[in-house]
Amino acid sequence: MDSNELLEPFERMLETISSPAQVRAVEQGASAASLWDELVQSGFLDALVPESAGGAGLALADVEPLWRALGRHAVPVPVAETMAARFLLAEAGVDAPQGPIAFAAARPGQDAIVPFGLVAEHVLVDLGDGMVLASVASGQAEPTGVAGSLAARMRWDRVPDGPGPPAPEHGLRPMAAVLRAAAMAGAAARLLDMTTAYANERVQFGKPIGRQQALQQNLAVMAEDTVACRLAAQLGCAGGVVPTLAAAATAKSVTSASAARIAATAHAVHGAIGVSEEYDLQLYTRRLHEWRLADGSESYWNRLLGRARLASGDSSVDWVRAQVFA
Amino acid sequence: MFDTLALASLPPEDEALRPAIRELVARAVADMPVDRRARSWQGFDAAFSRRLGQAGFLGLNLPKRYGGQERGPFARFVVVEELLSAGAPVAGHWIADRQSAPLICNYGTEAQRAFYIPRICKGEALFCIGMSEPGSGSDLASVRTRAEKTATGWLLNGQKIWTTNSLHSDYMIALLRTSGKPEDRHAGLSQLIVDLRLPGVTIRPIVDLTGDAHFAEVFFENVELADDALIGREGEGWKQVTAELAFERSGPERIYSSVVLLDAWVRHLRETGRADDATLAMVGGFTARLATLRAMSIACTARLALGESPVVEASLVKDLGTHFEQELPVAIGDDLAGHPDEPASTELYRTLLYVTQVAPSFSLRGGTREILRGIIARGLGLR
Repeated sequence: MDSNELLEPFERMLETISSPAQVRAVEQGASAASLWDELVQSGFLDALVPESAGGAGLALADVEPLWRALGRHAVPVPVAETMAARFLLAEAGVDAPQGPIAFAAARPGQDAIVPFGLVAEHVLVDLGDGMVLASVASGQAEPTGVAGSLAARMRWDRVPDGPGPPAPEHGLRPMAAVLRAAAMAGAAARLLDMTTAYANERVQFGKPIGRQQALQQNLAVMAEDTVACRLAAQLGCAGGVVPTLAAAATAKSVTSASAARIAATAHAVHGAIGVSEEYDLQLYTRRLHEWRLADGSESYWNRLLGRARLASGDSSVDWVRAQVFA
Repeated sequence: MFDTLALASLPPEDEALRPAIRELVARAVADMPVDRRARSWQGFDAAFSRRLGQAGFLGLNLPKRYGGQERGPFARFVVVEELLSAGAPVAGHWIADRQSAPLICNYGTEAQRAFYIPRICKGEALFCIGMSEPGSGSDLASVRTRAEKTATGWLLNGQKIWTTNSLHSDYMIALLRTSGKPEDRHAGLSQLIVDLRLPGVTIRPIVDLTGDAHFAEVFFENVELADDALIGREGEGWKQVTAELAFERSGPERIYSSVVLLDAWVRHLRETGRADDATLAMVGGFTARLATLRAMSIACTARLALGESPVVEASLVKDLGTHFEQELPVAIGDDLAGHPDEPASTELYRTLLYVTQVAPSFSLRGGTREILRGIIARGLGLR
């Protein structure tokens, strides 16, 4: 299938169900149920599920543009996680629940920050030695206290009840890393569009601020980082549904390292209006900062990647060709 | 924005070139110390360039009737990646293969194509590019060196500077003022082929801060050129040069200038067995960036393969790539000297200092950082 044939209807749906006003409403406690119903009915949640199990059987590379669109629209529910979870459940022959599924890495008794934990109904919990699909209600979930955030601080005091599909080889984190990287690339692209448009509109000293070379230089770097995020996310999603450690590490390392720079430039160009709640910029910069920390930051993935790289006698180019581009 | 720059893969038929070029390169660099390999772009070895030509690794994108391979940009990506990542000496054929031959092929007369391109493809005609002049670097439209029309051809007077590899070259493709004044800017500029053995040509090497002399000043004093020295049409030089620079900026060569140092450092870490968190994170961070830049460069190559001229995208990859190339020696220097009780070999130390000293040139050659960012800003609709 042509990637635009897939992306265009998905984008149209997100424009109607995830406008900035709707995103804010969910962030302020309104129900996401009707939004979720639309997603369920659209069939996109089963995009990765094999055709034999009633899904569309798409590859990760096909779905990556959709995950980027989720970030570009700041969609306030865990769509990418649910798509990936439904694939893992289908592979294990487990029926997927209707509601939104979040991802968590949490051993019993240990707190974990779970993106979308406040709006999920289920959590696929990576316990370190296996996975459980737990209901949110089976654990303790508290807001993080970050204004507008949909993440929850979650904890299970013992291994939760629920089906236990086999975990992928390196656990859930590589899958979480690539879907997060794609969403970050999407949020970054939205920020670049917003910031460039603002620089062309905002007049100071008698001309649009974007006419100033100093701003142009910073926006050019922002564009470079944004494109790097997209390519890194695409690299992460180029293999099978379960990415290799090296591909996941590349995707999350580059997007996380770029995130802070991209958010900083977006705010610097916008000036004071950018830090107000009522302006949309914060919806995307907050997500970039939260997602940078989620599923391992750049240094977490860099350490994993560095260990793997040093274990090989190959040249850097050969190693990257064999491990990241494989 | 820039959505056309998307992940692409190298076609299997071009990947298939890799073992043969790798074998050729391995033989050429086998006895070279690492700091010689790190010179790659500056490494001159005419015999190696001829061997590449004989083996069919030059003129990869050029028509077969002129001795080329008619393969396309992906083939060149594979060959250049192999050359640079191993630190092969590419200076001999580099400019002729990358810029001069495509230029002559696109704009030259049939006679010029038939005369120059087959020799370039064999690695036997070496070229340099005369763009910069004293006072005209990034502002190329201000060139003053003139070629006056005479009854039999052109009379050349003036001076070029920073012409890479002119000492070893047979020809220069020079950007010259053929009509009007420097105030006329882009109008009145043309490109002419200058045989560097002609009377009136003087070449004076400029020794660089590492002790090498790869660029030079070239003086022209009443140099007589034949009519057919002109490439394309009189006054079209600016248009031709712009297209040429876009081609120069889009290849894999904008990622790999420090990769020989990176590999030498990784070998050092393996030998010492140092694997603390900070070291691992540093190795991993560079690896992730290298992989992403490679993906960006291949994405750019894919646009070239479609016949596009991805000017903005190439600028974007070049600026990010040279930033990476320049950061490597700084970080590796801090890492090695940050472990003073774990001495680096003399060879690694020399390589580090060589790359550190030449690194400023990585973001100068082929368009300075600030000019490239201006091009990107134009692509963003800001100017």
